Amino acid sequence: MLYREAGQFKTTYAADQQLFPIRQDRVAVLALLAVAYVAVPLLAADYWFNAILIPFLVFALAAIGLNILTGYAGQLSLGSAAFMAVGAVAAYNLELRVPGLPLLVSFALAGVCAAFVGVLFGLPSLRIKGFYLAVATLAAQFFIPWLLVKVGWFSNYSASGVITAQPMAILGYVFDQPVERYLLVLTIVALLALAAKNMVRSAVGRSWMAVRDMDVAAQVIGIPIVRTKLTAFAVSSFYCGVAGALYAYAYVGTVQPEDLNLDLSFRILFMVIIGGIGSILGSFLGAAFITLLPILLEVGLHAAAGQFGLNLMPGTTSMVQLLVFGGLIIFFLIVEPYGLARLWQVTKEKLRLWPFPH
Amino acid sequence: MQFFFEVLIGGLLSGVMYSLVALGFVLIYKASGVFNFAQGAMVFIAALAYVTLAERFGLPFWAAFGLALAAMVLIGILTERVVLRPLVNQPQISLFMATIGLAFFLEGLAQLVQLWAFEDLSPRPLRLGIQDAPIERLMSDFNVLVSSFDLFAAAVAAVLVAALALFFNKTRIGRALRAVADDHQAALSVGIPLKYIWAIVWSVAGFVALVAGLMWGARSGVQFALTLVALKALPVLILGGFESIAGAIVGGLIIGASEKLAEVYLGPYVGGGIEGWFAYVMALLFLLVRPEGLFGEKHIDRV
Repeated sequence: MLYREAGQFKTTYAADQQLFPIRQDRVAVLALLAVAYVAVPLLAADYWFNAILIPFLVFALAAIGLNILTGYAGQLSLGSAAFMAVGAVAAYNLELRVPGLPLLVSFALAGVCAAFVGVLFGLPSLRIKGFYLAVATLAAQFFIPWLLVKVGWFSNYSASGVITAQPMAILGYVFDQPVERYLLVLTIVALLALAAKNMVRSAVGRSWMAVRDMDVAAQVIGIPIVRTKLTAFAVSSFYCGVAGALYAYAYVGTVQPEDLNLDLSFRILFMVIIGGIGSILGSFLGAAFITLLPILLEVGLHAAAGQFGLNLMPGTTSMVQLLVFGGLIIFFLIVEPYGLARLWQVTKEKLRLWPFPH
Repeated sequence: MQFFFEVLIGGLLSGVMYSLVALGFVLIYKASGVFNFAQGAMVFIAALAYVTLAERFGLPFWAAFGLALAAMVLIGILTERVVLRPLVNQPQISLFMATIGLAFFLEGLAQLVQLWAFEDLSPRPLRLGIQDAPIERLMSDFNVLVSSFDLFAAAVAAVLVAALALFFNKTRIGRALRAVADDHQAALSVGIPLKYIWAIVWSVAGFVALVAGLMWGARSGVQFALTLVALKALPVLILGGFESIAGAIVGGLIIGASEKLAEVYLGPYVGGGIEGWFAYVMALLFLLVRPEGLFGEKHIDRV
């Protein structure tokens, strides 16, 4: 009833091509931003920022990065966490060694560093595809953290390669309270998500999708395969790199490159699969799902154990978590290959007809 | 020079252990075109099933082996029914991601079983009654250290490969498997029941996983780290080619030997610990030259 576009006429091309063509969508996005910027900082406790909201935003950004590569350009990567590690270490070194470099600039340059590394490891994609490529990206996942730990320079010769992020200061103002860090991360992620959303509907994004759907055919109609694949790797790694910098600076503070391991890469892949392959919204939904699920499982299992008077052995929740993750991945791939984002789309279609379907 | 040969032989023999795991990948890939990321989890769960039956319930070797095999067959059949059949005709990459999900599921399940059976997650020793000690004769005559266990593993791998080769080439089911691998549609149209064939392939892969699990379990204890062995087998596959049993063996030998040699001769210059990624980087460089691996079939794109 409320979600109707009747009466909304578009009189210019700009109006027709805007990001959210339906007025209700625009209102909803603005309302969501208002909630994120005003209501959440007023209401949420520190625990929420530290344990849920900041990791959610950071992983959503990494998931957008992987989604660009896997969902839009069709190149499966299992090395996202390694590119995050590159971003984190690069930001740390830039802040450490270039005095007076603004924080946001070093975040951006960290993304650029990650992009370079991404292109380097994306080179095999020119000759190989599918799971051969997935295995090749595993090489990045094993090699990069090792290199970052082994070469002492990267971590300023700290023990076992640990980097400790400097305080985040912009124009002399230090972002150290959880709510401040949250607002900074939120702003960066929102801007980058907007950029991604626009990129995937531009010429670049369309050529990614053409290569994904059939690379030989894309080549025949004149899309430069080499450039398209490498830009996908570059942009994807840029997003992962910035996510890594935010992970280090806004979320954990102290990072060992080995923390950003294969497990995290898989988690990011799961966010993309469950959230929705080839959807920016899906990256957020998937990140929220994967961030919240362990917490809900933990609470639920303990509640259930308390109810039945069982004694949970330590580690049980992490195993149940593996079971649930694995089961959900298979379930989503079979039942809804386009993930939560597709469910949301279907709901919207239903809403437009509600309450009088055909 | 002596030291070189010792490292080389050690590397070749540990390469055989990688090949054992890689064989499971090749089997499933050959017969269904699925790249089964869960092979490592299957190795772990198979070894754990055996060790639970043998140690916790005190069953003799053959009984425990038989029951563990039955469990693996059951897992294979369930996988075919629950995971693969609904995903028929999906892109290969979806199937690959589904097997990643399967790997997580099996890892969680295996650890719960371990927790239930032994009440902790420490490595369980697995005794096959073979000494992991250097062979005296080689030691005294040639002054070369070769573990008898490694030789035993190599013999097992040889028997396994021979048995699989016989199975694929001489038996009715084996021929059906090869037909399915060549072309699903054509195989179906001459009356080969695809469902049973896939269930059989997954069961055979379960058997290979069990053998690999026993060898690895006897070597380093049955523990969660066994799932990581699969990650070692991936570069072997890239090098040898996904479709070739011979490739799995030769790739394993090359990876094993070069990894050990690199660790010994190259490691000191870069600070050691290169075993984790050396095989991958080598496979990656190799891919740039020969994208289909040593023995893989040349892939031709048709539009």
